[in-house]
Amino acid sequence: MNLTEFLHMGGYGFYVWTSYGISLLVLLVNIIVPARQKTKLLADIARKARRARSTS
Amino acid sequence: MFNNFFHKLASPKHFYRIAGNLIPWLAGACLLLVLAGLYYGLLVAPADYQQGDSYRIMFIHVPAAWMSLFIYVVMAVAGAIGLIWRMKLAEVMLISSAPIGASFTFLALVTGSIWGKPMWGTWWVWDARLTSELILLFLYLGVIALHSAIDDRRIAARAVAILALVGVINVPIIHYSVEWWNTLHQGPTVTKFDKPSIHLSMLIPLLLMAVAFKLYYAFVVLMRARCEVLERERNAGWVRELAEEK
Repeated sequence: MNLTEFLHMGGYGFYVWTSYGISLLVLLVNIIVPARQKTKLLADIARKARRARSTS
Repeated sequence: MFNNFFHKLASPKHFYRIAGNLIPWLAGACLLLVLAGLYYGLLVAPADYQQGDSYRIMFIHVPAAWMSLFIYVVMAVAGAIGLIWRMKLAEVMLISSAPIGASFTFLALVTGSIWGKPMWGTWWVWDARLTSELILLFLYLGVIALHSAIDDRRIAARAVAILALVGVINVPIIHYSVEWWNTLHQGPTVTKFDKPSIHLSMLIPLLLMAVAFKLYYAFVVLMRARCEVLERERNAGWVRELAEEK
């Protein structure tokens, strides 16, 4: 089987690859969102802790 | 020893650490199984004698649909535990599961629609299976919206627990919808009592992807749960120390 044939998927290439593409996108976004949220949260907590110390 | 382990697990600080240790292993195992599943599903398994290569959408459609139901049941169980024993970790797991469950429900609907177009000749029909799965998506979105609408996290957790418990009635409706009502959607081929009516070469990638999706849920829900714990415990000493180490 060559690559063109593989991508063609017996005429259903558009449907198969759209399904797999959307799934990959959604699954990746679900990993990136909490990873970035954690970094932001920790930075935010550290900043507030420093500010609380400097004012007291 | 086990008692001690669970006691520790219930404390936010230890949960945060143990979850952090588990995530890379679960993610690594998930990646391996996805790659194996894609290899067997896209390259090894033969084309279907009726549906040609379009049936390969099944390898994500079916596991995504299974996960959409599984995660909702997890949410309902976590909701019950949270309501009865006031266990904070159960509340955290419930709300952390909702976006992942919504994502899998969305994927089940979208990949089903894309598969339906060439096979049924339509993107969508208002039949029992598709409609009840769409209601499941709205239940997930309802849980997320309700939680973000209530400022007090404990009250929000109780409210979404009740919603999750009431909505769980939809799960058996979805599962049996293809048997109770006439539909374009095909009946179950794997989860029935006699022999599965699916060839081994197609069953193997399907099961690989199903286990991979379970592992995916496991590590992503832990990632979300860690953020939720940080948010809830942001005034605790260990969280401040952790934040300032970075």
